[in-house]
Amino acid sequence: MNVIEVDHLTKYYGKARGIIDVSFQVEAGEIFGFIGPNGAGKSTTIRLLLSLIYPTSGSAKIFGRDCIKYGPALRQEIGYLPSEVFYYEHMKVIDLLKYSASFYKKDCTQRLHELAEIMELNLNRRIEDLSYGNKKKVGIVQGLLHSPRLLFLDEPTAGLDPLIQRKFFNLIREENQRGVTVFFSSHILGEVQRLCNRVGIIKEGRIIEISDIRTLQQNNYKKVRIAANGIDVADFNIEGVSKLESNHDGVRFFFKGDINTIVRKISQIDLVDVSIEEPTLEEIFMHYYE
Amino acid sequence: MSANMYKFEFRARLKSVLTWSLAVMAIALVYLSIYPSFAGQAALLNETMAKFPPEFRAAFGLNGMDLSAVLGYFSFVFLFIQICLAIQAGNYGFGLVSVEESELTADFLLSKPVSRVQILTSKVLAALTSLTITNIVVWISSFVFINLFRDGRQYDGHILLLLLLSIVIFQLFFLSVGLVVSLLVKRVRSVTPYSLGLGFGMYILNAFSGMLGDAKLELITPFKHFDPNYIIQHGAYDLPLVLFDIAVILISLAVSYWLYVRRDIPAVV
Repeated sequence: MNVIEVDHLTKYYGKARGIIDVSFQVEAGEIFGFIGPNGAGKSTTIRLLLSLIYPTSGSAKIFGRDCIKYGPALRQEIGYLPSEVFYYEHMKVIDLLKYSASFYKKDCTQRLHELAEIMELNLNRRIEDLSYGNKKKVGIVQGLLHSPRLLFLDEPTAGLDPLIQRKFFNLIREENQRGVTVFFSSHILGEVQRLCNRVGIIKEGRIIEISDIRTLQQNNYKKVRIAANGIDVADFNIEGVSKLESNHDGVRFFFKGDINTIVRKISQIDLVDVSIEEPTLEEIFMHYYE
Repeated sequence: MSANMYKFEFRARLKSVLTWSLAVMAIALVYLSIYPSFAGQAALLNETMAKFPPEFRAAFGLNGMDLSAVLGYFSFVFLFIQICLAIQAGNYGFGLVSVEESELTADFLLSKPVSRVQILTSKVLAALTSLTITNIVVWISSFVFINLFRDGRQYDGHILLLLLLSIVIFQLFFLSVGLVVSLLVKRVRSVTPYSLGLGFGMYILNAFSGMLGDAKLELITPFKHFDPNYIIQHGAYDLPLVLFDIAVILISLAVSYWLYVRRDIPAVV
């Protein structure tokens, strides 16, 4: 079953591009990574799904129902952690969280305190006195306290120290194991690689690739590094090779295609050293953004 | 409407309500307390007043006013109360939804399981409650202070009632116009300049339009719609103008709902 179905969604802010013709599905129980640099349209997509903004054209469904028409009812089951967190400054953390909980039909008190404990959040301080990282923790508790079935995380780790980041990831994994679907937007590929099953890559408002994270790494590129004496760079300027670079003791490049071609080429050289590896997501990603 | 949002909104404005109420009460007290000595010299005062140019008298709502009479004097005080109420209501109107965007809390509120109509209705009702509290303070303090300081002089209770009740619609005008303007502009960064502008703008329009020779403009201002001089002289409201006032309120509210339900909430960047 699909939890999110996005159908040719387009958003223009006046003449400025938001997203163009975006379509994808997120299945129940998966952690879907949404990758792209700043300004690519990640937040726009999430804000459309939460009906904070309205599409220019196209539509989207959550749990099989239109996300605008049934928005209020759907949001009972949705948790949202924005990239920048802002709350009513004069309030105490506990009062804000209680106010947040008061919007949901279920009793969230117990979960609220559990989460605050996990995230080491002091409930009695005022929001205005909190550091950015601590505000972010408020955001995490606020987004999870009603045990939602779908989570939108918009660049959630910015401002969290590594220790809390790990706790946060564990928390997300636990939620996911309970069956919660997670939509995880980020420009940090390492964390997406660690957490997600599938990724969508967005560039300048358009989806350019949706793929299983393993397939993305395996079926595409090999990172090849060759160290040899008297190597001729031009020899490797063949089909399938990209980002060809050379230095004094060798060459390196990415290769896509029949691996035998490149192995035969290498066998003709007097090697000092050679390595053929899976590229990191980072490197694949850079390729998309060339 | 949702009870939790209503309570939240009401509490957020409680301090401001108390401040405004006390301020208005203080104005009523200070001005009305000097009425006895004022009334004693009234003949002289009215004579002096008559020597001022009519434009000057118009500016302070003193044309055709008998300052020695209880309500004549009160109408002078009432003008200051009206200005305060206009600014207060304007504050609440301009800030009603724009404050969520300028303080960047709109994402928090609008990602909750509530519709925009529920949000706006809760907010409007909370603001109305706040304004009503101020109104009750105005009613009680005006009535008490008038009777305390009237020095045995008589006044028409029916007319006082008309004057005091007029502030309900008067405030609604500034609340709803403030709200619709805040939704028409792209972003309200600070509420005060808007509410001061609207409040004083409307006052000046009424006070000085006669002076400028174009009397038509004054028809759009609630200071004209609920001109205390008119109410005292006629013992009734200027009905067409009051109906026009109510029409502006209803249209502003309807347009506000229409705009808010369709509004793209600006992202925080």
